[in-house]
Amino acid sequence: MKLGMLARLAWRESRTARRRLLLYMSSISLGVAALVAIDSFASNTRESVRAQSRALLGGDVAFSSNQKFPAAVDTLFDSLSTAGVPLARVTTFGSMAFVGRTGGTRLTQVRAINASFPLYGDVVTAPDGAWARLRTGQVAVVDPTLLVALDAQVGDSLTIGYAQFEIAGTLTSVPGDPGIASAIGPRVFIDERWLSETQLLGFGSRAQYEAFVKLPPGVNSPKWVAPLRPMMLKANVRTRTVVQQEINFTEAIGQMASFLGLVGLIALLLGGVGVASGVHAFVTRKVDTVAVLRCLGATSSQVLFIYVIQAAAMGFIGAAFGAVLGIAIQFGLPLVVKDFLPLDVQVSLDPAALGTGLAVGVCVALIFALRPLLALRRVSPLQALRRDDAALVRASLRDPATQLVNVTLIASVILLAIGRADTVPRGLMFAVGIGISLVVLFSAAWLLSEGARRLVRPGWPYVLRQGVANLYRPANQTRSVVIALGFGSFLVTTIYLVQENLVRQFDITAAASRGNLVMFDIQDDQREGVERAIVDGKHQVISMTPIVTMRIAKINGVDPQEHARQSGQGRGSWAYRREYRSTYRDTMVVTEKLTAGKWFGEHAADDTLHEVSLEQELANENLRVKIGDVITWDVQGVLVSTKVTSLREVDWGRFDPNFFAVFTPSAIRGAPKQWAAVAAVSDESAIAPLQRRIVERFPNVASLDISLVRKTINDIVNKVSLAIRFLALFSLGMGVPVLFSAVAATRRDRLRESVLLKTLGATQRQVLRILFAEYALLGTLGGICGMGLATVGGWALVTFVFEAPFQFAFGPAATIAAVMLGMAVGIGLLTAREVFRETPMAALREA
Amino acid sequence: MLVARDLTKEYQSGSHTLAVLKDVTFTIPQGAFVAIVGPSGSGKTTLLGLLAGLDVPSRGTVEIDGVGLHELSEDSRALLRGQKVGFVFQSFQLIPTLTALENVQVPMELRGEAGAPERARELLTRVGLGDRLDHFPTQLSGGEQQRVALARAFSTRPRILFADEPTGNLDGQTGAKIVELLTALNREEGATVVLVTHERGLADRAQRLIRLADGLVVEDRVSDPAAAGDVASSAGAA
Repeated sequence: MKLGMLARLAWRESRTARRRLLLYMSSISLGVAALVAIDSFASNTRESVRAQSRALLGGDVAFSSNQKFPAAVDTLFDSLSTAGVPLARVTTFGSMAFVGRTGGTRLTQVRAINASFPLYGDVVTAPDGAWARLRTGQVAVVDPTLLVALDAQVGDSLTIGYAQFEIAGTLTSVPGDPGIASAIGPRVFIDERWLSETQLLGFGSRAQYEAFVKLPPGVNSPKWVAPLRPMMLKANVRTRTVVQQEINFTEAIGQMASFLGLVGLIALLLGGVGVASGVHAFVTRKVDTVAVLRCLGATSSQVLFIYVIQAAAMGFIGAAFGAVLGIAIQFGLPLVVKDFLPLDVQVSLDPAALGTGLAVGVCVALIFALRPLLALRRVSPLQALRRDDAALVRASLRDPATQLVNVTLIASVILLAIGRADTVPRGLMFAVGIGISLVVLFSAAWLLSEGARRLVRPGWPYVLRQGVANLYRPANQTRSVVIALGFGSFLVTTIYLVQENLVRQFDITAAASRGNLVMFDIQDDQREGVERAIVDGKHQVISMTPIVTMRIAKINGVDPQEHARQSGQGRGSWAYRREYRSTYRDTMVVTEKLTAGKWFGEHAADDTLHEVSLEQELANENLRVKIGDVITWDVQGVLVSTKVTSLREVDWGRFDPNFFAVFTPSAIRGAPKQWAAVAAVSDESAIAPLQRRIVERFPNVASLDISLVRKTINDIVNKVSLAIRFLALFSLGMGVPVLFSAVAATRRDRLRESVLLKTLGATQRQVLRILFAEYALLGTLGGICGMGLATVGGWALVTFVFEAPFQFAFGPAATIAAVMLGMAVGIGLLTAREVFRETPMAALREA
Repeated sequence: MLVARDLTKEYQSGSHTLAVLKDVTFTIPQGAFVAIVGPSGSGKTTLLGLLAGLDVPSRGTVEIDGVGLHELSEDSRALLRGQKVGFVFQSFQLIPTLTALENVQVPMELRGEAGAPERARELLTRVGLGDRLDHFPTQLSGGEQQRVALARAFSTRPRILFADEPTGNLDGQTGAKIVELLTALNREEGATVVLVTHERGLADRAQRLIRLADGLVVEDRVSDPAAAGDVASSAGAA
């Protein structure tokens, strides 16, 4: 027979079943949508990175240091400038900004730039000419949030340190600088000419010094910078090139896309389970038609072809619908993530992502549909003469075609997982994880069936007995519903648990700080004045911590680089080269816990070795030093030798001042230092006046309102939570068609049973209660299994991927399980509607 | 020509072997109109299924025009059915998703025949449904559905037509009309008709009557000698 004729027959035969088949096949739509959206957006982002990588980095080569560039480096930069190489400089530091007219103060990030900034891209401001005015006058261009915070407006006078600036305008976009960067401290751009007037970069001030170079087109940036690297390394200057930047960014996007892609893949596979259940239901409805076709001379391959064509067509429509949805999400995504991304993502259709999503969707739909469809080949034409329910479509494990489909199915899951994951082992682990989850759910369903068989007692109320018995009777739906529900709740609960755990981190951080105002960069001679200002305002000084800057000069008598080489660290990590901001005290603070050695004892007067306590990860992982090792510090030119006598675990998440190295007071008490203060201001409304008083008297002292930070963090967390909730809701939505398909698989049996019961005198209420008992048990088991699996999955993700402590959040998990239970009961009882709509006679004839 | 030799069908029921048909042997010449009768459970439908190649016997053989069905695979039997066999069922067995016209076209389309719509239209007109071509089975009465089934059965000009209680689901008057049509089509198309029925009136119209009881042929009566083949027999028959 000609294939065209068969295809035509397939099309005609699908007439009334199209909607139903499309519903089953639409189980894959959300999975396809997720894949298309993620892949397209990742591809768009990669393209944008490629196009904007120079603007992202700030130039072709970037040099940065947290101390002033040494004279040799400065000379080099000057000579480059003189030679005509465009060179931009940016000095970034934190400072209080103060508007006299309104009295508002706020901690800001000041960026002092030279005329060449930015080398690539344009800064957009409101009004338009504000950026150009930086060159001509003592003006500042600020984040719009600063104006709101200070109740100021364009034209107001802004005090930064000891200098005053006119606010020329607000920033709309800065190339390479994400909007979220302004969340902690709004940005204030000034020209570097006025830097000295602010008098803020004095002793011990923290600042980031950057220089960006624009190379002529065609010049290879890594090659250009290679001869400069030794000099920069020696001067503790970090060097980055646009090539590395692009690679790093592309890798980061790849990792993110691969992680999200795996979530999409789970969605797709869950959809596949839905397709399999739905098509199984479809197949049971088609037995009569197939039997007639077989009587009329159709071969088994013709029958299979007819239904595979139908499934493929509906699978394609389901996938296409998903793809359209995916494109809609892709176009909406930049709005959601624009604050987090440092670049403008140009959204455009990505044919490759679209094609892949469609192809993977149709393949998954077909492979999952093929297994139940294969059973149609075994429909005996005899069924047309005499319907034999027991001989109905049953998957045969011995059937070579079924075995082939099973192998294809497993191989596809593994290949898809490897394709989506960034490494083969991770893909394999993911596939194994899916396999284990399915085995767990399958086993749980089996246990429920067996348990129901053994537990049911004649003494139980009839409706309960009947409902429980439905769990183990022939043609029961225990497996398919538990797998659909369990997988769905597994996915949603995992997403929620991860979110809860990450958000909890911030909550602990914000709640545990004792004070609500942190002040830093307090010079030694300002300490008393600041303390007095706090106390005079009837507030409390919680702590006043000295900070001494230093570097490591020697470890166990050898040069740090040499020590790094000896301890197998190669050139050595940042920990050997960085500037340490350390403190001295004789007691530990609440954010610390001793993990090795002993806290400081009495220091012998003739001992030249002082004691130091190091943060444990720094000691073990970065410096590779142990208790008893000797570290010699270069404390602003004076060498101080110390013995490591203890290691501490530090809770960095809190706003209290924390340190990598804590010294005995005798070691560095006399060294030049700065102070950081934590104050408790009883009334939050008194924080701003106190900040104002301090900034008026000590313009270099920066203060941070922790309640404001908490609010900012909450805003960020809420934004992230919103995205996660969307993902969770998306997954939950995905469960609906899958569950419908699972329930549909046994709908006809349930319908017939219920109608028979009705015929035998059961009331509507009794039938409803029987169905309720069955679906409630299925829903509960599915929910609980999902919770169990999610606990393991969530723990693994939080612990290994996000490296945070995991705590089970019972509330959300139980809520999701309850929603799943509600969904199972709701969808199950929808079946009952038909029971009550039809007369027993009509329904029996139909069944 | 349809030949059945020592046809036996057994089912395994636990440790027992249940024989529903026992060593049935007969020959039906081309063009004969044969009725198979017997009480419920006597093996009528099982015999029909075996004769049409819908099922395979536990022992014995069936030949249609000299081709032994036992030598054919399931799919080859299906192809043979498509070429030589037509069916009429008690419950009509129309495909609910196809119109009357499309239902009649199916066997021809499965054979890849050209001109299927024309032939289907002609047959439906002959059974009096020329104005209901585009109706779906649910839009037709029982009698009309069976007429569509008759048109479908004759669409491929089958050598043999098997009918399983074709009037079983119809009232007497409608049933009689269907029987009229069946005999008329049998005459015009020259097909062998093998009919399973409970109804005496219908059985009486056949040229030959084979009666089954407990899986055995207990009577083989020929009212029209022209249609006689070998007399049916069963091992152990009374």
